[in-house]
Amino acid sequence: MLDGRQNDRIRWNCRRGLLELDIILGNFLARHLDHLDQEQMELFKELLAYEDNDLLDMVMERAEPVNSQLSAVLEMMRVS
Amino acid sequence: MMGIAKRQFDAVVVGAGGSGLRAALQLSEANLKVAVLSKVFPTRSHTVAAQGGVSASLGNEEPDNWHWHMYDTVKGSDYLGDQDAIEYMCRKAPEVVVELEHYGMPFDRLDNGKIYQRPFGGHTSNYGERAVKRACAAADRTGHAMLHTLYQRNVRAHTQFFVEWMALDLIRNSQGDVLGVIALEMETGEVMMFQAKSTLLATGGAGRIYSASTNAFINTGDGLGMAARAGIPLEDMEFWQFHPTGVAGAGVLITEGVRGEGGFLLNKNGERFMERYAPTVKDLASRDVVSRAMATEIKEGRGAGKDGEFILLKLDHLGADVIDKRLPGIREIAKKFANVDPVKDPIPVVPTCHYQMGGIPTNVQGQVLAANALGKEVIVKGLYAAGECACVSVHGANRLGTNSLLDLLVFGKSAGEQVVKDIAADVASLPDLPSDYADKTMARLARLDSSKDGESVNEVGSEMRRTMQLHCGVFRFPDGLADGVEKMLKVGERVKSTFIKDKSKVFNTARIEAIELDNLVEVAMATMISAHARTESRGAHDRSDHPDRDDVNWMKHTLWFKENNRLEYKPVQLKPMTVESFEPKARVY
Ligand SMILES: Cc1cc2nc3c(=O)[nH]c(=O)nc-3n(C[C@H](O)[C@H](O)[C@H](O)COP(=O)(O)OP(=O)(O)OC[C@H]3O[C@@H](n4cnc5c(N)ncnc54)[C@H](O)[C@@H]3O)c2cc1C
Repeated sequence: MLDGRQNDRIRWNCRRGLLELDIILGNFLARHLDHLDQEQMELFKELLAYEDNDLLDMVMERAEPVNSQLSAVLEMMRVS
Repeated sequence: MMGIAKRQFDAVVVGAGGSGLRAALQLSEANLKVAVLSKVFPTRSHTVAAQGGVSASLGNEEPDNWHWHMYDTVKGSDYLGDQDAIEYMCRKAPEVVVELEHYGMPFDRLDNGKIYQRPFGGHTSNYGERAVKRACAAADRTGHAMLHTLYQRNVRAHTQFFVEWMALDLIRNSQGDVLGVIALEMETGEVMMFQAKSTLLATGGAGRIYSASTNAFINTGDGLGMAARAGIPLEDMEFWQFHPTGVAGAGVLITEGVRGEGGFLLNKNGERFMERYAPTVKDLASRDVVSRAMATEIKEGRGAGKDGEFILLKLDHLGADVIDKRLPGIREIAKKFANVDPVKDPIPVVPTCHYQMGGIPTNVQGQVLAANALGKEVIVKGLYAAGECACVSVHGANRLGTNSLLDLLVFGKSAGEQVVKDIAADVASLPDLPSDYADKTMARLARLDSSKDGESVNEVGSEMRRTMQLHCGVFRFPDGLADGVEKMLKVGERVKSTFIKDKSKVFNTARIEAIELDNLVEVAMATMISAHARTESRGAHDRSDHPDRDDVNWMKHTLWFKENNRLEYKPVQLKPMTVESFEPKARVY
């Protein structure tokens, strides 16, 4: 896939089955998508691959991320 | 016309939520060649949001039976539900829930190993005597668990998934038979024809027609738009259930389970006002009753908040332990979206659009019904629908909580069984496609791809949502509806010239959203026109100028046709399959 369209794919992957995530991820995209460094982008993509409820649990601090590096991006989501 | 790639299947299922997956399983296990299309990965379908549970009169906790369940559903529907279909669903409930258990669904259990059940709004024992424990749940992840269980089962049965594919239009030939769908692959922007002996729509609801909605953004009613454009009517679209407890401002739902476990509603004076509106079941009355009570409290100046705009949901008396154990998600949701900790403070809530009772008309086998040239109701050959996009009708004017997940299982399965039967009976090869089958769809795409200016998708969408919220919400006023019709007709014109700047094909979300808006507007139009015409109050359709149910003139289903916004009506099926009819009574709880 063309690199230039990466953000478009990510935008679509932020469409979820849970309204909670639509709102949280929508705010995150608006605030951060254009400013993420490469490492943050990779972590963000890793988070998007999770199931809806698992991702929401992590954002809501009901579950610990397996990979502690994800915490920084999760924190950005919490305050977006 | 340029050539469109074609693929052929026995059956194509549009939608991979609970209903689509349940139907697909039936087909794949019968060794049919099945394609399932979905805009998002199957387990991210909106079914994932269902927390409260799925109803079945298993009687694991206390005596229960399908006939009580049927009574509750008929009464809940405000007598607009078809009693034959309701009987079918309630009788089948234990079977499909136990079947799901055998597929590996991790239901909560009692100490004796049976499925744990809890009470839920509108479900009673002994024909309305008191609340009954009928809802089966997997913690607060019932929908999630259901999707996973059914998805795994489908993978095992070799169902073929086309993920991030968006169906655009149905294909019908001159006899009206449905021959498949045209769909768009998001990743490439390419269009493909899925030719099939049977096409099953399971695209879910369209709750995003309102600005205050509990529905995820993908709920844009695509299947309904496709049906409407293909000349198929939409049934009972004036009936939308408002969930009593959406977080004020955000829409995020606070499950009814909170009230099932003992939470209750307060007005600004700290009064438990549901005692006045529904003395017996109080906060567990069915959703429209609770929503109307809340709206009345707000309208009469007893709402809480700076502008008296919301109601308070109190659960601190349950204690942190019960809240954390039985309602695990709620505390964090309230903190994040309402900024309160319910262990200490009540949650501000308002009635919020939640569920679409109407949809594509079907019979209990999921076969889609339309009118022929003489106006007679006929089965559309090759087309089936199940789940929230369909109207069987079991929910009538108002759905009971937990009856929707049940609907997905029962009618997903029965539609699947019917497809298997129909394909077995008609082994002929696929019918030919008319030469112009893709013209209209390609023209719609070409307009978006070539136009140099026009209406903003966002603005037209906001105007639609605002109009629906203001003119066709939980309370409906005659002049509001008349203005609403005018405004929607304008929205309907504006949507024909939406414009997108980004013309690329690859993952073009702007293009997808423009196409989704076409579908939303069809649904919103059907809703407004149908609501304006129905001069009574019944279930979720509540009019200030006609406050009572009018069984003499309105015991009938609305059918809206896109062409000229024409309305027709058909009678409610009051006769069940095997038992006596439940005669209409005033609906009090
Ligand atoms: C917050 C919330 C909580 C709920 N809780 C409960 C509950 O506890 N109990 C209960 O009984 N009901 C509940 N409901 C209602 C219930 O969840 C839904 O009615 C039900 O899940 C709908 O399932 P479905 O299979 O019809 O559609 P969905 O699950 O919405 O799936 C639709 C599918 O269609 C696909 N699709 C849509 N358009 C297209 C297209 N153009 N091309 C390709 N694919 C497409 C989507 O990708 C998706 O896979 C709840 C609803 C909400 C909003």
